[in-house]
Amino acid sequence: MLKGTVKVRLKDGVLDPQGQTIRRALAQMGYDWVRNVRTGRTFEVEIEADDALSARGRLEEISSKLLANPVIESFQVEVRS
Amino acid sequence: MRFGVVTFPGSNCDYDAYAALRHVLCAPVEFLWHADPDLKDVDCVILPGGFSFGDYLRAGAIARFSPVMNSVIRFAESGGLVWGICNGFQILLEAGLLPGAMLRNSTMRFACQWVRIKVETTRTPFTRGCRPGQILRIPIAHAEGNYYADDETIDQLERSGQIVLRYVNAEGNPDDASNPNGSRHNIAGIMNREGNILGMMPHPERAVEPILGSEDGLALFNSLLGATAAGMETPMKARVASQRGAQV
Repeated sequence: MLKGTVKVRLKDGVLDPQGQTIRRALAQMGYDWVRNVRTGRTFEVEIEADDALSARGRLEEISSKLLANPVIESFQVEVRS
Repeated sequence: MRFGVVTFPGSNCDYDAYAALRHVLCAPVEFLWHADPDLKDVDCVILPGGFSFGDYLRAGAIARFSPVMNSVIRFAESGGLVWGICNGFQILLEAGLLPGAMLRNSTMRFACQWVRIKVETTRTPFTRGCRPGQILRIPIAHAEGNYYADDETIDQLERSGQIVLRYVNAEGNPDDASNPNGSRHNIAGIMNREGNILGMMPHPERAVEPILGSEDGLALFNSLLGATAAGMETPMKARVASQRGAQV
């Protein structure tokens, strides 16, 4: 079994209301040096695959099909053995 | 015209849509189940509001892969009428039946309020019975109704007249103050090019009787019901009133 990580983030230029709200909260807390916050999410996935290459392919497939919405999000896949 | 309302785990407006059709409009309607691909030969499939699969991952992202959705996609692609309301609109976007995606409301608040929406086109069975430019007062209730699509897609929607409903002020102008969620171009509802698929965030099924605060939602239901009567404008409310009177 292999472990992988999928990081999903909003594409550049797509409004991130959560990130903006967090940035405003930080500014209110005194952290006025925070210029911008963009949110995203990470998936830790355990998968069956013969090797790292096929694991990567499998993770990319489920990322583009379900984990990320390609209209607004991009993703990055990492495989650990 | 026979309607089917899909129930997903977490749908909560399925009974509202069913009740509006069955008890207010006296139209034939039945429930469809998300795990059953059978659409029971209905003429119009409604994907109702709610929080299918708890809105986990993204609103509509899991429901889009329910077994019933394969049938809905085939049905839609062959010209069948598909109406996504609120969470149903989100499901249509996730399924790629309509372009774009939903972001969190720009306010970061769950928006539960009355809005005014303007009927921008009547070139679809869903608004055929409306006056062009008609303003409807209908409620919204959502946290992710901030419609987003890239510039190219928005231009395309504008050019081809696929924007069906827009949030407007009392004068009918789509200004920032009347935009409850940050949607691009004040978009409240869009259709596909052919006009047989409509996605909208406001809840017409919650505005079908005076006791609910508005009957403006009937304009959309009546458009659909009139659409089958060979272009005849059906005086649906009068018929309903007499039928309901007869039932009492």
